[in-house]
Amino acid sequence: MRPQLRFLENSLIEKIVGEARVILKELGVTLHNDRVLSMLSDHGARVDKGTKQVYFTDSVIDLALSTVPNSFKLYDVLGKETHDFSSGKVHFTPGSAAMNGLEFESGKARPPVTDDYVSYVKLVNQLENIASQSTALIPSDVHQEMADSYRLYLSLLFGEKPTVTGAFTIAGFDVMRDLQLAVRGGVDELKKKPLTVFSCCPTAPLKWSDVTSQNAIDCAQLSIPVELISMPLSGFVAPVTLVGSLVQHTAETLSGVVILQLANPGTPVLYGGSPAIFDVRYETTPMGAIETMMVDCAYAEIGRHLGMPTQAYIGLSDAKLLDAQAGLESSMGATLAALTGINNVSGPGMLDFESCFSLEKLVVDNEICGMTLRMLEGIQPKEDFPSLPRFEELLSEKHLLISEHTRRYLREEHYFPGKTIDRAQRSRWLEEGGLTLCERANQEVRRMEKAYEPSRLEDTAKQELRNRMESEAHRLGMDRLPETSLV
Amino acid sequence: MGTLSEISKHIIAGDASSVPSLTQQAVSEGLPARDILQEGLLSGMAVIGEKFKSHEIFLPDVLMAARAMQAGMDELRPLLITEDVPSLGKVVLGTVRGDLHDIGKNLVSIMLKGAGFEVIDLGNDVSPESFVDTALENEAPVVAMSALLTTTMPVMGEVTDLIRQRGLEEKLKTIVGGAPLSDDAARQMGANAYAYDAASAVDRIRELISSE
Repeated sequence: MRPQLRFLENSLIEKIVGEARVILKELGVTLHNDRVLSMLSDHGARVDKGTKQVYFTDSVIDLALSTVPNSFKLYDVLGKETHDFSSGKVHFTPGSAAMNGLEFESGKARPPVTDDYVSYVKLVNQLENIASQSTALIPSDVHQEMADSYRLYLSLLFGEKPTVTGAFTIAGFDVMRDLQLAVRGGVDELKKKPLTVFSCCPTAPLKWSDVTSQNAIDCAQLSIPVELISMPLSGFVAPVTLVGSLVQHTAETLSGVVILQLANPGTPVLYGGSPAIFDVRYETTPMGAIETMMVDCAYAEIGRHLGMPTQAYIGLSDAKLLDAQAGLESSMGATLAALTGINNVSGPGMLDFESCFSLEKLVVDNEICGMTLRMLEGIQPKEDFPSLPRFEELLSEKHLLISEHTRRYLREEHYFPGKTIDRAQRSRWLEEGGLTLCERANQEVRRMEKAYEPSRLEDTAKQELRNRMESEAHRLGMDRLPETSLV
Repeated sequence: MGTLSEISKHIIAGDASSVPSLTQQAVSEGLPARDILQEGLLSGMAVIGEKFKSHEIFLPDVLMAARAMQAGMDELRPLLITEDVPSLGKVVLGTVRGDLHDIGKNLVSIMLKGAGFEVIDLGNDVSPESFVDTALENEAPVVAMSALLTTTMPVMGEVTDLIRQRGLEEKLKTIVGGAPLSDDAARQMGANAYAYDAASAVDRIRELISSE
């Protein structure tokens, strides 16, 4: 039996979805993109072009729900399947788009540069419980108009895992599309083997900007999977109650599903989000709050009920350093997400309200993910019955350390974390330097930096990536890419 | 060299069924017992030790290798005596008086034998006199004591006191281990070394014997 957590009764899910439909029909959403408005209008939605308001109908919502896939797969740069977003399979991916990186030596947060991003990619490439990359940091040493595509470029050049990403502008998407085509070799190949997931975010409450809605339909045209990231803030720009926030999340996410499915029926979608409660003491949006995590898990239940694979920004922390708060919030989130069966869990490595990324935290979180994935395997008998022979062996040998049964199942039954997790006797711990968690994680970061092996992507594809990125840099007035100094 | 590296390879694989015949084969090839021990059996165990320390393999793999090593040693022992190859050292081992917990002590015994030491295992509930007298009778330079209980731990101090009273400090070294022990506790009771686990017990005992 697989352990599973539920927050919502089916009757409550249906009530929430019903209320969200009423919101979409009666109040609609504000949508600042004429092309998308026309598309919705063509399919029977009522559109007020003056106010940019679109009012959905049950039939357009039902049509979208009838074409949205209930599962899809992702493939790495080499074309190998890495993700199966179906039936509660859980994958972890780093949190994304931090404006700062946390320096281990100084403990200070600072804007990241190319070197930091490349170190991050090298690390993700080797962390076994992190299934994909995300464009986790925004490099500050390139023109800001190309910061979105440059992140993806570095990920595709140095890493092999698929990438969760997003465009900051409409033009940015074109470059990011071309980078993917450089890796796959053509549109059909990209459609057949998706390489990325793009985040497309409605704005709370009930709005779509020109850029995000255009990004959504651009992705749909190429069947690029999209994760819809609705962000209601309970008590601020969403009702204070968790149910009220869920109604808003459902309405905003359903509006995105409709846009994507009308643009190209069958576009793969992750029913995702990044909601939070609003902490009225600090005016912040705590990702580590238990209520934030409860809303994440609950909307994932709604997404699954509606027949879609799911995603959440959960398993991250609001702490400023890699401290006990970082550990408790991250592990609580990762555990709840896994027990809920959220398919793509975005969070590892992230601190400070999704604004600061730490390589050391990513290493620690990789262990949290490993333990969580082990937990999902549950408890199952493995040659345990009848028990008598095993206990006869134990009493006769006095231990089972070298029993065949032990050797057969040891590595399956017990997850062995890396050296970041301290399980040594105190004397051994002291003998090995008496290192703190952060110091051990930093040792792992440095070890993996040295152990990195270049991506096996073909050189011709790497060169195409470079050509496309350099041409974008030249267009924006940059002589050369900072990355070239690293090669 | 071929047979010795085969022995080493099968030790690493924990293959107790092949090591004796390979050892016999090395003997029949006329290789000196010392070389078979050092370059075959022990060199395999050295690889195992390194892999264990780096977490590449785990305790069951070490114990399997130790068992294979034992099987080889059973073949080789008569020849080592004939060729007058000195043993790596003898260790008198036991759980102290009043304490019946021997799981950790047994693990140390297996690891020591696997590393090539001769072990005289006195079992559990061993009196101070028995530890010291057995060591003297067998010319063992090391007494290794285990305790799980805080109430039996002081018996280790009685053993070190007895060694001092008899003026045997230079001849007989002590090492202690077990859940309630620590470096500080070992020092306070006058022990020469402390080991926090079975693998480190082998290293510490090797150091005690080589420092003689």
